[in-house]
Amino acid sequence: MTVTAITPDYVKHIEIRDIQQNFHGNILVYVHWEEHLSFCAALAFPLPPAMPFGALVSDVIAPHYAAHPDAAKVDWAVVNWMIDGKMAAPDFGKSLAENGMHHKSLVRFWTPGLTGRAAS
Amino acid sequence: MTVKKLGLRQRYEHMTRGLDWETTYQKMDDVFPYDSFEGIKIKDWSAWEDPFRLTMDTYWKFQAEKERKLYAVLDAFAQNNGQTNLSDGRYVNVVKLFLTGISPEEYQAHRGFAFTGRHLRGAGARVAAQMQSLDELRHLQTQVHTISHYNKFFDGISEFPHMHDRVWYLSVPKSFFDDARSAGPFEFMIAIGFAFEYLLTNLLFVPFMSGAAYNGDMSTVTFGFSAQSDESRHMTLGIEVIKFLLEQHPDNLPIVQKWVDKWFWRGHRLLGLVAMMMDYMLPKKVMSWKEAWDIYFVEAGGSLFQDLERYGLKMPKYADIATEEAEHISHQNWAVFYQYTHAAAFHTWMPDKEHLDWLSAKYPNTFDKYYRPRWELWAEMEKEGKRFYNMALPQLCQTCQIPMAYTEPGNPAAICFRATQFQGETYHFCSDGCKDIFDGEPEKYVQAWMPVQQIFQGNCGGATVPDVLAWYNMNAGADNMDYTGSPDEKIWKEWHPDADVARKAV
Repeated sequence: MTVTAITPDYVKHIEIRDIQQNFHGNILVYVHWEEHLSFCAALAFPLPPAMPFGALVSDVIAPHYAAHPDAAKVDWAVVNWMIDGKMAAPDFGKSLAENGMHHKSLVRFWTPGLTGRAAS
Repeated sequence: MTVKKLGLRQRYEHMTRGLDWETTYQKMDDVFPYDSFEGIKIKDWSAWEDPFRLTMDTYWKFQAEKERKLYAVLDAFAQNNGQTNLSDGRYVNVVKLFLTGISPEEYQAHRGFAFTGRHLRGAGARVAAQMQSLDELRHLQTQVHTISHYNKFFDGISEFPHMHDRVWYLSVPKSFFDDARSAGPFEFMIAIGFAFEYLLTNLLFVPFMSGAAYNGDMSTVTFGFSAQSDESRHMTLGIEVIKFLLEQHPDNLPIVQKWVDKWFWRGHRLLGLVAMMMDYMLPKKVMSWKEAWDIYFVEAGGSLFQDLERYGLKMPKYADIATEEAEHISHQNWAVFYQYTHAAAFHTWMPDKEHLDWLSAKYPNTFDKYYRPRWELWAEMEKEGKRFYNMALPQLCQTCQIPMAYTEPGNPAAICFRATQFQGETYHFCSDGCKDIFDGEPEKYVQAWMPVQQIFQGNCGGATVPDVLAWYNMNAGADNMDYTGSPDEKIWKEWHPDADVARKAV
């Protein structure tokens, strides 16, 4: 135990608030479009781990970034992906879980040739 | 026979320490159970210096006097319709930010100092903490009274206590004080007494009070004057606490240093709201955040830590990163609220050309390169009828709870992502500073009530934005969204029909 607490059994009384079981069968997924800081931070979505990666792209990522002028020009076939700190080549037909994603995974992507306006 | 009068010092001794005693029916450790578990060693409580030597009866007399003056000015402000003499209707959003984001923390400070005022073993420190506790409660009350006048005319004000416990961005100041109040009494004294009330206080109060003065808000200025003598007492307590702890025992140094590092960083993150207020929300600007940071932290803080060096205390960890961030955080924070304006209880707006030029001049190294293009892009989108909104919820930092909008040190074009694993779970952070704080006490921060996660777990009124806003008691269409087109703007224009309200195109 590292918390400096007056009660010796502090850890017995704590409630970890964001465990996967609290998300009704979903996992929390973070997505960030690099070099497009108009979107101030990565976006958060609760998603079923069985969702195909392709559906994450077409049904979640694409519509939520659609407001950006670069969005219509994205060619998803050439996007560079990073999942939890490692460059990745996700299989669009396989699920998020099969692509190695878990609760609170972070997916960052770069769109070659599209870098917003001064990264905005 | 002459009656001898007590001197000021003797009188103080009798009225404070003279009322203290060593308990005999109960062990002192049972009476003061909270002042040893943090590892702080106090050899001699009587070495505590009482620079103000204020007794309770004098305290009441002073405060009552100030109260009378304050309420006389508030009455005059109301009778003269002072709200119509502000620099611009937009200014009221500064007041809203203060009432929702700062005033409830005065109350939390009141509770925290009441706790330390009960649980520190030394009578001198106890009396000082008790008086500060009363000050903080009085500050909340006078702020509420001062701002209640604006509530008669403007939106976004009336639900501040309810919002404090629920609204996503208000979890930032709330969790800051929750963290301090759930620590032991010594950490609380370093967190709030030293880091907040001494080291960083000028960066909070000077901007708000001079901002009020520059923008015609004489009621808030008067509140500021009324709080000023309290604030100087608080500062003296803050500096006395740190010197006392460091003088008492060499073992206290690493503990105090860890708290100073932690609370400096937490304070820096919290003050980002003030940065945004100074650079974007004041219709008449006082100075830039960067200028304020240089004066009040780099210069004043620098000489403070030079002074504390003789105790072995070092500059807070990541002070250099915080200074680098002073170029960026105001722009990054206003961009957060601009794109989430639908979920904010105050109004946002696009800075006009004159404002952008001011920012370019104040931030010559960064504004034109990184932020001006962003505002210009969004201004073009506004013109085309496609005002930019972010329609997803943001990733939050597990420690400061702010959307992870801050950029990598040395690279303002990329978000700073940090993560850690604890008992098989992943936690994300906006910075090394916030990650270090989590890693220092992970069991504490895994319990954080994260607004975005709570919405997804179904604990915030429902799954849609209107559901959540209703749960916040936010009056959608009046409290939130841009100033342009708001009921606030409408009433301001009614008071100033001939004012040039046409905003210059970007």
